[in-house]
Amino acid sequence: MWIGFSLLMPDCFSLSFLKDLHWCGVCMSVAPPHPHTNTDSFQEELVVRPLHSGDIYASFQFRTVWEADFSRGNKVSHYQLFPKSLGQVISKFSVRELHISFTQGYWRTMQWGQPFLPSPPGAELWVWFQDSVTDVDGTWKELTNVLSGIFCASLNFIDSTNTVQPSAAFKPLGVGNVTDHRFLRYATLPREIVCTENLTPWKKLLPCGSKAGLAVLLKSEKLFHSSFHSQAVHIRPICQDQRCKSTSLELRQTLNAVFDLHTSGQAKREWSLFKMFSRTLTEACPLASSSKIYIDITDNSQGEQFELSPASSLLSQAVVLGDRRTFSVYDLTDQATFGSTRSLNLLIRDMLRPLLHAERYVAGYGLQTGEIHTVMYNHHPYRSFPVLLLDSVPWYLRLYIHTLTVTSKGKENKPSYIHYQPSKDRLRPHLLEMLVQLPPNSATEVTVEFERALLKWTEYTPDPNHGFYVGSSVISSLVPSTVATNTSITQEQPLFSSFFPCKEELSYFVRVYTEPLLVNLPTPDFSMPYNVICLTCTVVAVGYGSLYNLLTRSFQIEEPSPGLAKRIANVIRRMRGVPPL
Amino acid sequence: MAAPLTLLLVVAVTVRALLSSSALQQLIAERVEVVSPISAWKRVIEGLALLDLGVSPYSGDVFHETPLIIYLFHFVVDYAEITFILADVIAAVALYISVKDYNKQVFRKQKFALEADRYPMDCLELIRSPKEMHYIPLKVAMFYLLNPFTVLSCVAKATCGLNNAVLALFILATIKGNMLLSAIFLCLATYQSIYPLTLCVPAMLYLMQRQYIPVNPRRFGFWWFVAQYLFMYVGSLFVLVCLSFFLLGSWDFLSSVYGFILSVPDLTPNIGLFWYFFAEMFEHFRLFFLCVFQINVFFYTIPLSIKLKDHPVFLIFMQLAVISIFKSYPTVGDLALYLAFLPMWSHLHRFLRNLFLVSCVLLACSALFPVLWHLWIYAGSANSNFYYAITLLFNVAQILLVSDYFYAFLRREHHLTYGLYLKRTDGSEATLVLK
Repeated sequence: MWIGFSLLMPDCFSLSFLKDLHWCGVCMSVAPPHPHTNTDSFQEELVVRPLHSGDIYASFQFRTVWEADFSRGNKVSHYQLFPKSLGQVISKFSVRELHISFTQGYWRTMQWGQPFLPSPPGAELWVWFQDSVTDVDGTWKELTNVLSGIFCASLNFIDSTNTVQPSAAFKPLGVGNVTDHRFLRYATLPREIVCTENLTPWKKLLPCGSKAGLAVLLKSEKLFHSSFHSQAVHIRPICQDQRCKSTSLELRQTLNAVFDLHTSGQAKREWSLFKMFSRTLTEACPLASSSKIYIDITDNSQGEQFELSPASSLLSQAVVLGDRRTFSVYDLTDQATFGSTRSLNLLIRDMLRPLLHAERYVAGYGLQTGEIHTVMYNHHPYRSFPVLLLDSVPWYLRLYIHTLTVTSKGKENKPSYIHYQPSKDRLRPHLLEMLVQLPPNSATEVTVEFERALLKWTEYTPDPNHGFYVGSSVISSLVPSTVATNTSITQEQPLFSSFFPCKEELSYFVRVYTEPLLVNLPTPDFSMPYNVICLTCTVVAVGYGSLYNLLTRSFQIEEPSPGLAKRIANVIRRMRGVPPL
Repeated sequence: MAAPLTLLLVVAVTVRALLSSSALQQLIAERVEVVSPISAWKRVIEGLALLDLGVSPYSGDVFHETPLIIYLFHFVVDYAEITFILADVIAAVALYISVKDYNKQVFRKQKFALEADRYPMDCLELIRSPKEMHYIPLKVAMFYLLNPFTVLSCVAKATCGLNNAVLALFILATIKGNMLLSAIFLCLATYQSIYPLTLCVPAMLYLMQRQYIPVNPRRFGFWWFVAQYLFMYVGSLFVLVCLSFFLLGSWDFLSSVYGFILSVPDLTPNIGLFWYFFAEMFEHFRLFFLCVFQINVFFYTIPLSIKLKDHPVFLIFMQLAVISIFKSYPTVGDLALYLAFLPMWSHLHRFLRNLFLVSCVLLACSALFPVLWHLWIYAGSANSNFYYAITLLFNVAQILLVSDYFYAFLRREHHLTYGLYLKRTDGSEATLVLK
């Protein structure tokens, strides 16, 4: 496999122009530096990891840390690196944490390993509000509409029928001690499609936009021609330093993409930045304090499996997802990184098999009933660990919780915590959260029966026979790790290993999303509303008519009516006052 | 008469026990014609499971039974089959005893009318004899117990069977003349599904007749009786509702049970007219047609009562029929109750006009329901219109049956007053028409 870094000579004019702009921006700030000026810093990184199957995984992270505190209702009007639209959203809606992701494709855990940041297919949004919010549902509705405008996505379809308040599966990822899950809202739109319209506003949120730094690689033609791509925005409060006296706001924009060997790689195990992104890197983003590229070379420790060019003398080791991996680091802020063209060659061997993996499918036949089966695999040879399963099923699949069975290795495995909130028709979905202990080296199957509802004809989508989507199940767990993880928070840690907070050394946090499901519902005939109304009203009228006749009329002897001539004669006779015939 | 009745009971219980323990039980319990969202056994189990999980059964939209049912099945859930078979037996025995008593009263009234010379000479062949009336109670019990609809409903453990048992006990109490028990049983039936409210009127009419209170709105005695009965009825209803509140500690059950029956949010297919109508309704008119259809069940009460005020038991039959045709979630169990009354009107046989047509249509529709359901839901080669068409036909057949019996009843009364062989003014044989 070849990876070529085609790094051209920096374009002096553009670089200096940007530098001047940056300085001018600083000079034009109105007053001399205020002692409480909000300062922000920006880091960008790209991790490239060749995968076992010949595909290649690229993960971008752009992180802006801003020493602003919105929790006491401070008004901020001067935005520098932090995007103004998101800052206004956070202050207006009193958001503590916001996590939104748009994903196209399904992450194949068994072939590709664990992603750095998991996300379910479609759109996913979960938000922790500040405890000063009084009407959380109203704020949630407004927030989804505003985000829908910011990201050009149809998040306005998020309403009470697909929003839930998980009680255990989604704890805050930032600092803070609010754990009242009344302030948490979680919703997914598994049907949402991601396209250039969503990428463009996402790129606009970056300080350098797509003009400098790693973001120049994000061009939609090549990016959407991949097996999997997911862009996300994560906002959360973090500690400013080790003592954690005050918090700053961290914004992480992440983009994960997996390029397929055959579609993007032309079946040659030779990758370059130009081949993946049809662009090359010319400079780092001038506003970034750190801009790095990490290439995973763990399987090439002696240099015999692949060749990486241009070679880099900087090496870094990090423990991520329970595995100690070695990376070759390229620092783009160092001018010496750019020079003559280089090329890489990579070969891959076995990676660490992911310990936790899940699948989900629908069983049964016909359009009346069905069963949802969720299978969770624990590949650890001797340790068992608990997992928290979150299932949000739309209201039109009526779950029967008395049919819930959890079996491991053929025996019943009773969950230790079940939180079930049944659905209300047309108002809210089912919410099922369970804590299940997975025995070592086993597959645990969770089964629940459901019944399919017939909806009103206006509630079907224009393509009703496509089916209805059920969002992914979320399985969250602390998986035991063979390697000790670093629990201290430092600013020099690579971004990809510092996302999920690590409280213990011997386990790491993993979130696995299953596939979304597609179920068919019975449909009425959509061409028939008028006919049905007429026919049913006819039947009711038949009943009414017969009973009316019998109730208001009485039996009489039928006298034969005289012919027409006689009747006219009778009329004339009546007028004359003469008795009739 | 006890021996044939016992034999009948043994046969009925055996049939039900055999079917309940076979593999067909699961199949029957899922059929939409036999169970509905308000009477399915699966939903009762779901409600009990939700209660075990610590969630109120009424917080979701799966459970629509009354709290008394939760209370009852909390204790007897392990003996559910026996409970339902027992309910069927009680219903049959209650109907047997009440029909026997009613026949005695009919015969006595007829004797007085004959002695008072109130019947014209030529309609003596319309007079009923004790010999013909002897086997009617047994036939009524047989029609109820051995009706395939009742058997299916009992095997599926639909709570409709319990409702039928309570209605049968209500009829027994009314015919025996016990005002308090009649009010209490009617209140239990109304508490479970709202529609038996319309049976208040025939019950009052019957009890007034039995106590020789003239049915005249201008007399004080009439209103005093009505006030007494309504007080007992409304009072027991109030007590039941309050008891239900104290069982689970909230008023959620009101919207989950009565709100559900009246506002029809669940459009699961059944043998009634509501589901497809409201599945295809324009949103703008939904409330209007909902009100129309619900009023349709109740508003036949007053006209029918005025016309049939001298025949309250026939009025009960008519009301039961109207309820089971036009209610929001009918099942075959509701049909079984009013079909059991048909042997009581076997003397009307000579005036029935559509019996052959109606019975053929009912048989054909009963056979076609499962076929077209399979084609729509499982095979995918038919669509919902096929099943809907059979629903329409089935309901038209029921309406024809009921109106036919009504016609025959009114005609017989007419003949008893004016004579059987009527002549026209010129002496030739007359034909009777409704004008």
